[in-house]
Amino acid sequence: MISIKLFGVTRDIVGKPILEIQDNVDTVGQLKEFMMTTYPRIKGLNSLMVAVNSEYAKDELTISSTDEIALIPPVSGG
Amino acid sequence: MESILVTDKPLDTQAIINSVEAPEGGAVNVFIGTVRNATKGKEVLQLEFEAYEPMATKELTKIVEQVKQRWSLLKVAVHHRVGVLAIGEVPVVIAVSTPHRAAGFEACQFIINTLKETVPIWKKEFFEDGEVWVAAHP
Repeated sequence: MISIKLFGVTRDIVGKPILEIQDNVDTVGQLKEFMMTTYPRIKGLNSLMVAVNSEYAKDELTISSTDEIALIPPVSGG
Repeated sequence: MESILVTDKPLDTQAIINSVEAPEGGAVNVFIGTVRNATKGKEVLQLEFEAYEPMATKELTKIVEQVKQRWSLLKVAVHHRVGVLAIGEVPVVIAVSTPHRAAGFEACQFIINTLKETVPIWKKEFFEDGEVWVAAHP
């Protein structure tokens, strides 16, 4: 099981700040696909990044239950 | 010397400016972001900022490292506030001291532009008739 931290618009779409996933999601790319399939409104966003252990991660990166994983919707600081 | 902070407390702009002053400096360049009262002609009532920490601080540190390599800086401070802010309040203050002014202008602009692209901070606009996460949708 992996747990995903959610912020901003993605937290509103999913409806909670932390999502736990049991499915077979092994990579960052698979996680993005899972999120877009499960929550189709995420497909409408300008971008979707994933951070693994506080670093932007490429789609190929393997993820596991010990990683801190966060969904990063389009940022808008400043 | 650098000071990087993400905080839910109001920013003390003057204190941040003072903190980058240096005897070798010929210039202090400052960017102060303020909460605007409208977006595309629509009245904004307030903003709310949210950050993913510690990643936000980590990304701000990366920006400062880049800036230090590219320009000759003496001191730099980048402070960002989170939480609910009213019109006119200050979500971000960037201050850099440099021996000469050109580097200060360029460094300040680079920091705010890159911050808006890479730092995991999100802004929500509140209107009379609802709320919107800025830049989320095309």
